[in-house]
Amino acid sequence: MGDSTKKWFSLNLGNSNTKPSGSCGCGNPSGGCGSHNSENADVNAIGEERHKDGFEQVFDVKMDRRSAFKKLTASLMVGAGAVTTSCSVIVGEETKEKAQIDWEEQFKGNYKLMSDEEKNGTVDRLVRSYQLRTGKTISLSSKNAEEDVLFGYAFNISKCQGYMDCVTACVEENNQDRSSQMEYIRIHEMKDGKGFNFNEADDNYYHEVPAEGHFYMGTQCFHCDNPPCVEVCPVQATWREDDGLVVVDYDWCVGCRYCMAACPYDGRRFNWSTPEVPEEEVNKNQHYLGNRMRKKGVVEKCTFCVQRSRAGKNPACVEACPTGARIFGNLLDPDSTIRWVLENKKVFRLKEDLGTEPKFWYFMD
Amino acid sequence: MRRLKVFGSLVKDSLDVITHGSKKYHIWMAFLTFVMLVGMYCYSVQLEHGLSVTGMTDRVSWGLYISNFTFLVGVAAAAVMLVMPTYVLKDIDFKQAVLIGEGIAVAALIMCLAFVIADMGGPSVLWHMIPGIGVFNFPNSMLTWDVLVLNGYLFLNISIPFYILFKHYQGKKSNSKVYIPGALLSVFWAVGIHLVTAFLYQGLQARPFWNNALLGPRFLASAFAAGPALIILVLAIIRTFTVFKIKNKTLKKIAMVVTVAAQINLIMLASELFKEFYAPTHHSESAYYLFFGLDGKTALLPWIWTSISLNVLATVTLTFHKLRNNSKVLYFACFILFVAIWIEKGFGLIVPGFIPGPYGKIVEYTPTGIEIGVTLGIWALGAFVFTMLAKTAIKIETGALRYRKKES
Repeated sequence: MGDSTKKWFSLNLGNSNTKPSGSCGCGNPSGGCGSHNSENADVNAIGEERHKDGFEQVFDVKMDRRSAFKKLTASLMVGAGAVTTSCSVIVGEETKEKAQIDWEEQFKGNYKLMSDEEKNGTVDRLVRSYQLRTGKTISLSSKNAEEDVLFGYAFNISKCQGYMDCVTACVEENNQDRSSQMEYIRIHEMKDGKGFNFNEADDNYYHEVPAEGHFYMGTQCFHCDNPPCVEVCPVQATWREDDGLVVVDYDWCVGCRYCMAACPYDGRRFNWSTPEVPEEEVNKNQHYLGNRMRKKGVVEKCTFCVQRSRAGKNPACVEACPTGARIFGNLLDPDSTIRWVLENKKVFRLKEDLGTEPKFWYFMD
Repeated sequence: MRRLKVFGSLVKDSLDVITHGSKKYHIWMAFLTFVMLVGMYCYSVQLEHGLSVTGMTDRVSWGLYISNFTFLVGVAAAAVMLVMPTYVLKDIDFKQAVLIGEGIAVAALIMCLAFVIADMGGPSVLWHMIPGIGVFNFPNSMLTWDVLVLNGYLFLNISIPFYILFKHYQGKKSNSKVYIPGALLSVFWAVGIHLVTAFLYQGLQARPFWNNALLGPRFLASAFAAGPALIILVLAIIRTFTVFKIKNKTLKKIAMVVTVAAQINLIMLASELFKEFYAPTHHSESAYYLFFGLDGKTALLPWIWTSISLNVLATVTLTFHKLRNNSKVLYFACFILFVAIWIEKGFGLIVPGFIPGPYGKIVEYTPTGIEIGVTLGIWALGAFVFTMLAKTAIKIETGALRYRKKES
């Protein structure tokens, strides 16, 4: 296992200072993972639609879809309630605007394929819609991945005491549904002397920690470099961003939950009912791909707090950890703490045999 | 132009056929309508409150809907066991049964699509999946393959019988050159739909219970047992209640198909059990949960052992010629085989895939009343569609329904 970590370095990080998108952690020079040369990596990471050579095509496809859809729905519009309201002269301007926004939001495209302009468009609509509904203003970002950034995470098993401050901070930061107590992070309480025996571990404890004779290990989405969840999505509503984050477009997800079946790490959560967050607890610093408000029937997951990490901050779980067990940073920055950990500690990853290449390492002091 | 006129007349005549019938027929259809309405009510509750009204959770994220979907794909695929002998091998004995088989396939496929839609968290944005206006993640996602093959198969199974019935309706002979290519294609397509559906699960490295090479072949074997078993039962009912003649010979031949498929299915079951329990690994835990329970969690035990007992009993019964040739025993064996495989290929396959979870957590799944209501509603929908199709087809095939018969 140590060996494969080494490969990660020699193959990826060495190269990737000059060619960040060419990074691949499989350590297999024959290209079995499909992400070896930078061109391949592009396809693997973002999907064919955003292949650099085919930008024109992308644009065309998009216009086609839009115009085709407009034509298709033109006849439907007559009967649609939203339009009826928006055409009515009796109702107020705000109701009309709300209906207009709802209509455009219902029929917008996949965020992954949007141009920056379109991204700004939908973000503006969502901010305005929230304002109309609650009278409050949120800050919603559509910041793209930066160049020469590949996010990675390390977890110090020796330090974690199971306080679960990370879990609480995560829920508050990411506006998760309070009624179903959705949590992205699970802390597994393991017995000393049993090794990493997840079967006997308890991820739902309610007692004082650290409990005698136990150690703790946290899991969440590992932001795999070769994520099985992305492959199986029938509508490409989930994908790997250029900085390595595996994200979901909540508005494009159809809720089939195939990704949940495909994830070997229990990294995904589903909104079984309409998510509820008390208005005063809503975190208003949001990102389209991160902690913006979700709706029922869509899948969500940890995004390494994209709204924070792309703004140069640590994810909420890292910041909240009282023991310093959590380390986050840019794998392509040779001076980062995460790089120091990977180079100086005996690190390992979970279920490496599945070929998922998680960007989440465990280590001990 | 003339064809349009004939088609219009066919639609009118069929409507006439399906709205008129004996008292028993009306009671049957009223019953199905009632169950469908109950199902629709349950679905409306689900639409309003979300999938939280089902027994599914983040730990077991697929349940009764996907189980029934998986099983019904097999039933749909089984029509090929009648199509191939009739159209390709020219076995005259199957000729009467084949249209019924295709009708079952159509009904099963409609139920499949209904189950998938019932399972969706956002049915209102399903257009995201339509190629052209949405984004169709083909060929990466097996689900997109499944969408293609299921709809393609539905098209084949509607168009071929429609062509034949349309010709017969006008008192003409159907031209085999027209439908044979389609029939040939549907033979391969049937194998395709079930293999692709198996690959949906088989391709997930996250779920060792599904990630095994035998899953696809075993899907086929069980499908070719359960599907034709259902066809035998349906033919038996049709024989009793209508003037449609189905020879004993036909039933016997289909029973032979059922028998061989059920035997192969049992062999594969033995192979799977051997692999899971002779040298159990960490990956055998789901099988342990299914057959023996884990940590005192035993929800599936009664189901799977019922399934295995029925499966063995049916297969043994069918294997003896004497028993199989007795029609009462045959119907009973077919019925228990159908139930056995519904359990085995339904929640006996889907639910243990999620238990224990990726980190060993054992959380059980029990369907809720709403979920069962929707499921029953969809089954009623299937029966409703099939009854209408079969009634029209039988009327045309027996010569009772002909174009311009009334005038001449």
